[in-house]
Amino acid sequence: MEALFLAPPPWEDWSLFGQQVVSGFATGAMYALFALALVLIYRSTDIINFAQSEVAMFGTFAMWSLYLAGLEAWQLIILGVLLGFALGAVVERVVVRPVEGRPHLSIVVVTLGLFLLFNSVATWIWARGELPKHFPSPFSFEGVNLGFTSIPQHHLGLLLVGAGVMVLLVLLFNRTKVGLAMRATAQNPLAAQLMGISVGRMLTLGWALSAALGGLAGVFIAPITFLHPGYMLPVFLYASAAAVLGGLTSPPGAVVGGFVIGIGENLLGTYTPAKWLGPEMKLPLILLVLILILLVRPTGLFGERAVRRV
Amino acid sequence: MLRLRDVTAAYGPVVALHQVSLEVEEKAVVALLGANGAGKTTTLRVISGLLRPRSGVVEYDGLQLHTLSPDRIVSLGIVHVPEGRQLFTQLTVLENLELGAYLRRDRAGIRRDLEKVFQYFPILAERRRQHAGSLSGGEQQMLAIGRALMARPRLLLLDEPSLGLAPMITREIFQIIRAINQEEGISVLLVEQNVRLALDISKKGYVLETGRIVLADTAEGLRANEEVRRSYLGY
Repeated sequence: MEALFLAPPPWEDWSLFGQQVVSGFATGAMYALFALALVLIYRSTDIINFAQSEVAMFGTFAMWSLYLAGLEAWQLIILGVLLGFALGAVVERVVVRPVEGRPHLSIVVVTLGLFLLFNSVATWIWARGELPKHFPSPFSFEGVNLGFTSIPQHHLGLLLVGAGVMVLLVLLFNRTKVGLAMRATAQNPLAAQLMGISVGRMLTLGWALSAALGGLAGVFIAPITFLHPGYMLPVFLYASAAAVLGGLTSPPGAVVGGFVIGIGENLLGTYTPAKWLGPEMKLPLILLVLILILLVRPTGLFGERAVRRV
Repeated sequence: MLRLRDVTAAYGPVVALHQVSLEVEEKAVVALLGANGAGKTTTLRVISGLLRPRSGVVEYDGLQLHTLSPDRIVSLGIVHVPEGRQLFTQLTVLENLELGAYLRRDRAGIRRDLEKVFQYFPILAERRRQHAGSLSGGEQQMLAIGRALMARPRLLLLDEPSLGLAPMITREIFQIIRAINQEEGISVLLVEQNVRLALDISKKGYVLETGRIVLADTAEGLRANEEVRRSYLGY
């Protein structure tokens, strides 16, 4: 039996199981934020933004330079979010706007181009010397005792910040005029225009907000995985799996998807039968589960069935 | 109040309006008639700024409307209720109405206008928490007009308010359009297939044919016109 599991099976070590679940919640919160960022773009522009991960990576490397210049970890978080916001706005204005209204594939290709651009430029500027780079967290990695188990302080921070940001997003979209205008624009841009809403400004804001969420996830994940030009790519894969699982159009779906994927990743990584599969196989395994779910529910867990009136 | 002079407009190479000139007076209801594809909707799109004319002038209170953006034109009090209503179907009735007042900052005035819309359309008050997509066709048209009223317009551009509605509902909506015009003093430029109903509430009308104005007269004049009777009234 022991040979089957990498770790002792869950019923023999509840503390380890609990730890994997709770820290899965924590990384899940970041996947959820990243998935929300993808959903935000998908709802307004109808595409998956493939540049999402690299914009976040680029921003986090810029924060790393500021870290070397002596800034505090918490300052890097705030600046990382602001830089993400600015990068998102610039990307929409400069490269997405000209292909707006073109076939979706054109916009997808533009985001793929951005992926390469940000990746290359970041590699060119920062990928010198030893990789990966250390990135600071405002929290420590010492365990916090939760009673049944303990998790690193940083992970608890992830969970709390993630939950806080989700609450802020709910308030933004449901309680403010600009949030309502953004939802309206995503649904029916023509009607939004007739209400006097500047559709272009709402699109810019959506991309900016999305990249800000990406930036936040970037600076919170870097202390765990360390920083190198490809470090956000797995996050992108997990988050897009989370977004698809949630239905791609549903913000609550993205959040649930994020948590499911986060916990699933940890449990698969810990308990995959070592005899047949190593922990390296957790990503393909998660994607396999995802495909199975989509076979049963093609619209994801919370997605709206696409209804087209003829 | 609103004057189009020699407006020519095109979708790419396809010219949809040829030198169209028309005028909407303060507090008047003006009908814009014509067959499918005559250019009625295009005329409204030019006025609300969705389509830039190729040449010609759109004047509104001395402003050159054809140089302004759609959101600027809404802020001047011209609100377009498009064909097919274009509601935010996944938002609630109340949210749709709030979006109508998007450019306004006067909270108290917005609340008063919301009450007014609910007086004109009591069914909307009842359904305020429902998704707009769950309303019946007539209710959706009422919401589209109510949403436009929330912008506190001076000129309403109504495109086919009777489209797809039962005759009784259509009559009800036309009575309300007339009431809005008379009680609120809002001018209306009305595009409508139902010529008889349209002329009933209009002061004057224009007939468009393949992008050209072929007839302009008072409502009585048009009703008496042989051509209009044969082509649009059917007697």
